[in-house]
Amino acid sequence: MDNSKKITITINDKQYKVDPGQTIMQAADTCGYRIPRLCYHPKLSVEGACRVCIVQVEGMKNFVASCCYPVADGMKIYTNTKEVRQARRDIVELLVDNHPEDCHTCERDGNCELQRLVYAMGIRHRHFTGERKHYEKDLSSTSVIRDPDKCILCGRCVRMCSEIQGVHCLGQAYRGFNTVVMPAYNMPFAESVCSTCGQCINVCPTAAFVEKNHTQELFEKLNDKSLVKVAQFAPSVRAAIGEAFGQPMGRNMEGQLVAALRRLGFDYVFDTQFSADLTIMEEGSELLERLQSGGPLPLITSCSSAWMKYMEQFYPEFIENISTCKSPMSMASSLFKTYWADKMKLDPKKVLSVAVMCCTAKKFEAARPELEVHGLRTTDIVVTTREAAWMIKSAGIDFVNIRPEKFDEPLGLSSGAGTIFGVTGGVMEAAIRTAYELYTGETLVDIEVNDIRGLKGVKEGRITMDGQELHVAVAHGLGNAHQVMEMVREDRHRFQFIEIMGCPGGCIGGGGQPYATANSIPLDEECLKARAQALYDLDRSKTIRRSHDNPDVQRLYREYLGRPLSEKAHELLHTHYKAKTPRGIVSRSLKVV
Amino acid sequence: MAKTQLKEKTAPVVDDKRIELRKFIDEMKTKEHADSHLIDVLHRTQHLYGYLPTEIMDEIAQAMQIPTAHIWGVATFYHYFKLTPPGKYEISLCLGTACYVKGATQILQVIKDELKIDFGEMTDDGLFSLGPARCLGACGLAPVVMIGERIHGELTPKKIVQVLKEYRKQAGKEDGK
Repeated sequence: MDNSKKITITINDKQYKVDPGQTIMQAADTCGYRIPRLCYHPKLSVEGACRVCIVQVEGMKNFVASCCYPVADGMKIYTNTKEVRQARRDIVELLVDNHPEDCHTCERDGNCELQRLVYAMGIRHRHFTGERKHYEKDLSSTSVIRDPDKCILCGRCVRMCSEIQGVHCLGQAYRGFNTVVMPAYNMPFAESVCSTCGQCINVCPTAAFVEKNHTQELFEKLNDKSLVKVAQFAPSVRAAIGEAFGQPMGRNMEGQLVAALRRLGFDYVFDTQFSADLTIMEEGSELLERLQSGGPLPLITSCSSAWMKYMEQFYPEFIENISTCKSPMSMASSLFKTYWADKMKLDPKKVLSVAVMCCTAKKFEAARPELEVHGLRTTDIVVTTREAAWMIKSAGIDFVNIRPEKFDEPLGLSSGAGTIFGVTGGVMEAAIRTAYELYTGETLVDIEVNDIRGLKGVKEGRITMDGQELHVAVAHGLGNAHQVMEMVREDRHRFQFIEIMGCPGGCIGGGGQPYATANSIPLDEECLKARAQALYDLDRSKTIRRSHDNPDVQRLYREYLGRPLSEKAHELLHTHYKAKTPRGIVSRSLKVV
Repeated sequence: MAKTQLKEKTAPVVDDKRIELRKFIDEMKTKEHADSHLIDVLHRTQHLYGYLPTEIMDEIAQAMQIPTAHIWGVATFYHYFKLTPPGKYEISLCLGTACYVKGATQILQVIKDELKIDFGEMTDDGLFSLGPARCLGACGLAPVVMIGERIHGELTPKKIVQVLKEYRKQAGKEDGK
């Protein structure tokens, strides 16, 4: 901004020139102060509930919450006087007053924002011993556990669920000390409209939301000598898991993770990126078929499990627009128990299929009965990036210094197109790289589609193939998905192909990714960008960058599936979706009579 | 292309109360900041049904396009709103200062023992439900309860048992008819 339009404020007796129209907190952020905060998140509406961010303003009778108080020219702000420090400390002390004293056995120990805040405030013992909360944990969901005893009512989950994800599952019910964050009617999560995306876990400063933990079950199975243990992991896991080991954001740890999984006890480690390539073969062919036969269009991607549950609940009228392709995880799992088991002469029942995912919704997906093949569940256990990181630490594996290893064959080789599946726009870009060639018979020269990269909520692009123009849309985060679907409802012919990922940034911002580190915030844009860059760099480093050029994918078709959309492919790689109507759906599609 | 038809879970029963409520909602929706009239709509619902049935809250959510979790938040926030059906006789036990000093807690204990219910609950036979009141403006008669529209004052543990007995008798008579 033009310097003449800046205003002058004083923070702790030092003068600063800042832009007008911001809050005290935002202005202070630009001056090298980071006022302690809790309920505030830059992506969410301002609640001003926790009062942790109070500051003293000269001439004001009371302390003001800096997250929601605008700066003014000549304002004198004090962030660190004895009084304000004392008051802030008391506020945090009262917040933990009814919080369980179980930090050392808590899931979030060492990763807890509240814990860090308590430490920073200098609270070294408890002055107040007040009433504690005693509620049942909600263990009903396949993916997310709700533990109201740990909740400090900052409301970030509620705002995330409604403002970013548009699911509106969570609300604050009752009042005062009895306030509890819960779905409508205190319904169990499993019966609610929850999409299982896990973003409430990401933004929760404590352990009031955590994923359903499958690590113990997995450790047990890994010790079962009668099983052949097979692992796969998603593209974005490699771009984020390093953060859980103190590595800088966006460091690709693919080889280290392969090596670590082998040391955990897996016999084979395959890559979900292989089946991402396979997804492109199937979905690209599906797109071409629909373009040629005239529908149903737009074709909408089906890789994101949270999006699938959301769609079944809120947009069931578009079920036939959804690609029938299973997600890459489920495609790979299907192959483990058929193609690969056959090849290895193994009883599919003796194959333990495990997926390490950036996602809590994949736990829900894995349990879907419609994904069974020959009566067998194909993905036996899903663990999140966080759970995998914990298992590696717990097993005493030197993750950071381990020598990187390569994936096993034949389900471990992938193209760069499979890699970028983990970031918003990636599935679309990968599909275009293949569909263009299948459609036109020509090679796409500039394979990087920049219109649909980046963190803008809804992205649109046009691709010309043989004179036919495709209008495509990409959305990430379910709230943005809602926007795109409303556009489609208005005009069914507006787009021909739509990519939707349920989480902000795509899978890289998944509900199962490492917690924000001490110097970051949940879903920090810089962090998402760094994770995305890791995948784009990996794509660029590969010689094979188009799914249809993957020789192992070609071999799979040659040896087993025949061709894309063949009967065999349909049996193993495709599925169907059904309308779901849990209570609490405010359907925008039902006409209000 | 065949359109996937959305099916309603169960066809909503159309009765007089629903028609009246829907009319009221439609009227509220014409106003500015229609969302903010949710409390009015919940008031009307309680007036019609005696409490806030969850099925009706589902329907309000749909009609007003307000998420159910939000409606549930408002419904649970205010003590006035009842989430369970009221008994035939609704007992409001005054816990205001005067009644409290004059032994309201003793009366409460007797009611709890007699009826085996707590605040917010209804007896199995559907006759009585119990709720707290802050002040009924009858401090001179403390301690008091209001049952239905009637005030019963200067209560003692013995007297309240007698009062409850009379209501039971009355209900029996009405059933007999």
